[in-house]
Amino acid sequence: MTKSHKPVVWFPFAAGGTVIAFCIPVIVVLTFLAALGHMPAGLSYERLHAFAANGVGKLVLFGVISLSLWSSAHRLRCTCYDFGLRADTLVATVLYVAAILGGIAAALFLLRI
Amino acid sequence: MSRNPLVRAVPPTSWFFRQPRYLRYMSREITSIFIGAYCVLLVVGLQRLSAGQTAWEGFLLALRSPASIVFQFLCLVAAVYHAATWFNATQKAMPLQIGENFVPGNVISGAHYVVWILLSLVVLYFAGVF
Repeated sequence: MTKSHKPVVWFPFAAGGTVIAFCIPVIVVLTFLAALGHMPAGLSYERLHAFAANGVGKLVLFGVISLSLWSSAHRLRCTCYDFGLRADTLVATVLYVAAILGGIAAALFLLRI
Repeated sequence: MSRNPLVRAVPPTSWFFRQPRYLRYMSREITSIFIGAYCVLLVVGLQRLSAGQTAWEGFLLALRSPASIVFQFLCLVAAVYHAATWFNATQKAMPLQIGENFVPGNVISGAHYVVWILLSLVVLYFAGVF
């Protein structure tokens, strides 16, 4: 039996889908409140910086952002195919590379805090 | 002699208008565009946060532009729709058997909704919303 590379793509996709479902709505609510002029105290520079400076905080932020990026990339790949863009290898390569670069960028920014 | 296989012609770009459930499928698919774009916004936010207080406050100010408000509203709708459909699918994706019987699907999905709401309230509380 040949080995499939699918689990490598699928595991972070499923984990990311769950993370997006549980975490992204409330994160959007927070930034949306800030956008409407009711800034939550937790988004002030001092508090968010303190959260991101902490090891657990870094891990949480990195986990949420990198898994959500990967899951979105995988779903966008399917969306492109469904809308008739059938150059799947190209689309998959571009989106997965973008998701990986986004994850690396997030990690670098977090390490700088 | 070989028989020709039946090949149904499927229009690649408009197939989903054929049935309401295909449209529902596609409406869920397009939420990924908004969530993907929002994730990019989060990475930009991290960069601004790492660049210091002035940069972060400029980022928060930029969030208040009308275009950003519309974008975030659409992201919120997309994120909630993605979450609800994801939790509704859990009962099919991971049926739970206890002894001889399967746990009712509504209980599995319902448990996810309860955890989702509690987690969201905890995050809102610690972020100082209430």
